[in-house]
Amino acid sequence: MTIEISDKTYDEEFVKKVEEISGENFHKCMQCGMCSGGCPMIEYMDIPPRRIMILTHFGLKDKVISSKTAWICATCNACSVRCPRGVELTKVMEAIRQLTLRKNINYVEPSAISEETIADLPQIALVSCFRKHTS
Amino acid sequence: MKISYYPGCTLKTKAKNMDHPGVAALKALGVELVELPRWNCCGAVFSLADDDLLHLLAPVRDLIRVVEQGDNKLVVACSMCYSTLARANLLMRENSEKRHTINTFMEEELDYNGEVEVVHLLSFLRDEIGWEKIRESIKVPLRGLKIAPYYGCTLLRPQSVAIEPPEKRTLFKDLIETIGATVVDFPASTDCCSSYQILSNPDVGIEAVSKILESAESWDAEAIVTSCPLCEYNLGKRQEDALKKHDKLKELPTFYFTQLLALALGLGTEVCKFELNHNGVIQLMESKKFLTAA
Repeated sequence: MTIEISDKTYDEEFVKKVEEISGENFHKCMQCGMCSGGCPMIEYMDIPPRRIMILTHFGLKDKVISSKTAWICATCNACSVRCPRGVELTKVMEAIRQLTLRKNINYVEPSAISEETIADLPQIALVSCFRKHTS
Repeated sequence: MKISYYPGCTLKTKAKNMDHPGVAALKALGVELVELPRWNCCGAVFSLADDDLLHLLAPVRDLIRVVEQGDNKLVVACSMCYSTLARANLLMRENSEKRHTINTFMEEELDYNGEVEVVHLLSFLRDEIGWEKIRESIKVPLRGLKIAPYYGCTLLRPQSVAIEPPEKRTLFKDLIETIGATVVDFPASTDCCSSYQILSNPDVGIEAVSKILESAESWDAEAIVTSCPLCEYNLGKRQEDALKKHDKLKELPTFYFTQLLALALGLGTEVCKFELNHNGVIQLMESKKFLTAA
């Protein structure tokens, strides 16, 4: 797959926002792939975490925001503890989710969850899911 | 000895089978876990957005309640609550700018500077009670039960709040050996059970659960032990979904460590509340004759 990288494709505001919300210097990423190699969810992601890092570095907002990767991430931190550059990838993923959630777009719609599901789930599942996947 | 205890929302409702045996086991070992007055939900997950201080207020308020008790240590049994409270505590200790903002915002509360030590119940058992004392108190050794210790994510990651070094982890192993059972160290011990993805992306969640069950079964485990109500829900109560999808999987009973400790201390089924676990749990205990012995 060819990806065009130029001053026209670089979304500076997106990069700044991810930097600001994550508080992480993801530009340190050297593309070693330890994050993708250790990610337990990788087979369900459309773009591996390693590629999310470089796409974000190059400011390719649409590709990053439209990917389901950040929504499949369960914040298990397997990537962060493996990263030789000390990047806390879970914070970058959080920032990517927040860019959508802060537009009042929910990934999970609480009102669409059935009463049976709510009655069955432990509180901890509902609270953590709403914290991560609703605005 | 008395110590402040944070149960968290799930332990007071869906996971009474983690809370009750924990409190009773500690009582049998001479420690009164005193439930923190006016505690509130910690938020279940630590806020990862750098500009989001709002979600730190809940865990910090809980920590202030500990100081109000004149205590400097808080014992937490739930892995997710432990991680959320411990990370919020660390931030209040280390980040003076955010600490100042949070303390100023909560002007009605005491200023908090991270004075409290947040301790997971597993660490408390080892450090404050000691395996030797627990071993001496065992009335029903769980001999012959092969248990796979499942740490999951938040007990060991991130490193800043890990209850022990992940590559040298021994807490579950030592506890299992202390109660007379056999440890089955299995490769998926620290893998993610999919956490809240069980609600957002259930298919992905069930696959993650299936891989952990398969790993434990391939190492001949008869049971899995955990310290997190969400891990227990995913691996235990949702096990049926994994079994339906994968013929090769068989039923694998899942317990809280507090239940096995209480059982071994001779506290019986009324305290352990095995009926709140998923199917197969009581049958396994009966087949091992642990219930009649208790």
